[in-house]
Amino acid sequence: MAAAGLTPAVAQNPAAAPSQNAAARSQNAASASAQPAAGFAQDATKPDAATAPVSQESAAGATSTSGPVVYRETPAAKDIGVPLPAGMMLQQQVTPIGREAASFHDRWLLTLCAAICAVVLVLLVVALVRFRRGANPVPTRSSHNTVIEVIWTLVPVLILVAIAIPSIRLLRHQYTPPPADLTVKVTGHQWYWSYELPDYGVNFDSYMLKEANDPTRQANQRPRTDVDGPPLLAVDRRLVIPAGKVVKFIITADDVIHSWAVPAFWVKQDANPGQLHETWAKVDRPGVYFGQCSQLCGARHGFMPIAVEVVPQAQFAAWVAKNGGHMPGAQPSSGTTSSAPSAAEAAGGNGTPAPAVAGTAKANTTPAPNNKNVSNRTNQ
Amino acid sequence: MSTTADALHFQPHDAHDAHHDADHKPGFFVRWFMSTNHKDIGTLYLIFAIIAGVIGGAISGIMRWELMEPGIQVLNRAWPIGAGTANFDEWTHHWNVLVTAHGLIMVFFMVMPAMIGGFGNWLVPLMIGAPDMAFPRMNNISFWLLVPSFLLLLGSTFVSGGTGLGAGTGWTLYAPLSTSGSAGPAVDMVIFSLHLAGASSILGAINFITTIFNMRAPGMTLHKMPLFVWSVLVTAFLLLLSLPVLAGAITMLLTDRNFGTSFFDASGGGNVVLYQHLFWFFGHPEVYIMILPGFGMISQIVATFSRKPVFGYLGMAYAMVAIGVIGFVVWAHHMFVTGMSVDEKMYFTAATMVIAVPTGVKVFSWIATMWGGSITFETPMLWAIGFIFLFTVGGVTGVVLANGGVDTNIHDSYYVIAHFHYVLSLGAVFSIFGGFYFWFPKMTGRMYNEFLGKLHFFIMFVGVNVIFFPMHFLGLDGMPRRIPDYTPAYAHWNYISTVGYMITIAGVAVFFVNLFLSLAAGKKAPANPWGEGATTLEWTLSSPPPFHQYSTLPQID
Repeated sequence: MAAAGLTPAVAQNPAAAPSQNAAARSQNAASASAQPAAGFAQDATKPDAATAPVSQESAAGATSTSGPVVYRETPAAKDIGVPLPAGMMLQQQVTPIGREAASFHDRWLLTLCAAICAVVLVLLVVALVRFRRGANPVPTRSSHNTVIEVIWTLVPVLILVAIAIPSIRLLRHQYTPPPADLTVKVTGHQWYWSYELPDYGVNFDSYMLKEANDPTRQANQRPRTDVDGPPLLAVDRRLVIPAGKVVKFIITADDVIHSWAVPAFWVKQDANPGQLHETWAKVDRPGVYFGQCSQLCGARHGFMPIAVEVVPQAQFAAWVAKNGGHMPGAQPSSGTTSSAPSAAEAAGGNGTPAPAVAGTAKANTTPAPNNKNVSNRTNQ
Repeated sequence: MSTTADALHFQPHDAHDAHHDADHKPGFFVRWFMSTNHKDIGTLYLIFAIIAGVIGGAISGIMRWELMEPGIQVLNRAWPIGAGTANFDEWTHHWNVLVTAHGLIMVFFMVMPAMIGGFGNWLVPLMIGAPDMAFPRMNNISFWLLVPSFLLLLGSTFVSGGTGLGAGTGWTLYAPLSTSGSAGPAVDMVIFSLHLAGASSILGAINFITTIFNMRAPGMTLHKMPLFVWSVLVTAFLLLLSLPVLAGAITMLLTDRNFGTSFFDASGGGNVVLYQHLFWFFGHPEVYIMILPGFGMISQIVATFSRKPVFGYLGMAYAMVAIGVIGFVVWAHHMFVTGMSVDEKMYFTAATMVIAVPTGVKVFSWIATMWGGSITFETPMLWAIGFIFLFTVGGVTGVVLANGGVDTNIHDSYYVIAHFHYVLSLGAVFSIFGGFYFWFPKMTGRMYNEFLGKLHFFIMFVGVNVIFFPMHFLGLDGMPRRIPDYTPAYAHWNYISTVGYMITIAGVAVFFVNLFLSLAAGKKAPANPWGEGATTLEWTLSSPPPFHQYSTLPQID
């Protein structure tokens, strides 16, 4: 079953040894599908954790600063990067541009909006009360007052200038990024995203994870669990980028227009077929950040989410290696031939003794990401 | 033929004949299907708009029902509520069809026919002291082009649009989703539908411009025209200048789809963003087309019930002219995330914010009109007051969206939905209801029921705010437009929004009860039911006005 379909959900590790990987996958799928739909994710963690002894990532994590980032890694951070239930405000921003823009919106624009609405409302109510027929039976015939007309023309002009100055400054900052440390090419398709890190030799497709009880889910598609993210936002393969680095996104599409958006980064850029457009983000805080396609692109427009995992540099290197890529400057791996060289590179990137980790990786093959995440979650 | 004779009666040398004919109405078929009478055509437009509004409103009901809870609950039902199939992609395609149809119906077949076709036709000749429109038979074809246009749009939902039945491109018909992305004839039918609607509006616009420039009664100078006439004049120019651009853009879509051109296909040297520039060069003036006649109606209503002339008449008139002119140079603020250069973004940010100035002049002038007045709160006045406040709310969120840097995050989110429904669903529609109650006695000769009118207003005021205010929260929290299902975090406000729809529906039900009760058994309306504040010419005529009015032209001092 699982071996037959190289669906994106199970093709998480192109470098994995096929037979062992397939075994791990079918085991994984079996344990997952055995669970009832309700409360599925919580229950599923236990058997999965039991079948995944020690993953490559947690071995690396033991020696580096932190393990792989899972969705909702700590209670305090659980609300960052995802929409808040019954939320009323902008998502918390994790980029410098996002913080500048959100502050401009929350502190300045919103205040002005509320103030203008309040002024209009008060004037309206006062006029309606004071000049109702009962209170003022004889209307005046005044229909001109040049002074007041000039005032209510000039005051809005001044308010708009006061908005325009920080607004133009924000635009200037958005359009003058620092030199990029990393380039990611994002391509929108009907209905999934594909990501390419040309300098690292990594490219893959990213599909939405369907619910376990979703009738349209194929048997070989891994169902969503809560560690992957919320429903309709979780993807089978997240884009992983390093924290604190300037990442340049080059965005395009190959069929119709899509739009690549991550609200917590203050990033949204239409993906136009036949054009390359550029945007950037410098994310300080490790975590998982979700977004959705934001331009109507056909039937499954609502079902091609975006998930970006921001990790420390060392983990990023490990992720690159695991996905058959190579860090610039390191010995290039020989493509996607076997897992061993890339695992060794991952180890190098983590600053741990290469043989030990490479051995671990070989011994455990490369478990599916939900296993990694689950084991990490269990460790907490 | 009697229709030809009707048209000729307005010529001065036929005065004796016109007098004889003033109240002679042709038979039913000739009167309603071959009409050359601006009042009858206005009535047809209003009936058309009400029918389209019911269909468009029912579609939004299906959408709110689907969005009430996470998951797909409604789109899997029988057609036309759902897709009527067992295929997930057809369900979600059906969602896109609903979104598309709701937008197109409300814009082209509800708001525009009601405001320009309905109130414009009815009131412009009455207000300027003209016997009829300049081109009565062109007026007739303007209306009758709209009927096949609407049928084409409705018919498109019966034919394939690629993934499923109907066109699922959004009302903006963005290429390449509307070209290579939508096989089947549905999108072609929508394009033809817009061609016809556009032709109808252009003919109407020519008619209004000609009428207003040439057929004003003696002494009715441009600067004495009621503000509603000013608003229709500006609107007619916007229509005349913007609709040909839309016609060109959708014709290019048509040839891209069917004749192998590649205007919007990058693989043939085209540019997908070009379509958006062309569309929004029409689309932005279009939003002012939908709101300017509302401005005009609100000005008439506020002045009437404040029993004062409009404050700052010239400022009000030229504010509308300014809004119309600036409306042509701000279109790309709809395209801030398409990959524009920073210079473009700065320009369109600044230009867009400039519109807030004349709009502010209008809001403040309405309040100043009330100031010092002797205000009574009949139903039309309630709608006008509601309009002024809610339009202000929609206006300030417009200023937020005008900032290119801020728009990055909330572009194509529910924040945008909230914004434009505050200015359209609460702005344009409130002004339409206000105008409807205001001129209902004049048009029908019967008074509406004041209690039911006020009940309608209060229920709907609460309802639409409960629908649309939470959408600001959804947008800020990141919910994209045009999605049939959402992550559970968005469930709370979506549920409340749907509750708001139910409240609104109750208000609309009251409207229809009132409409039919008043038509059947309303009190007879006097020539001027609103007292000394109603100073425009239409209130000097009987209610309803004679079939042909002003056989002797009024003289304005």
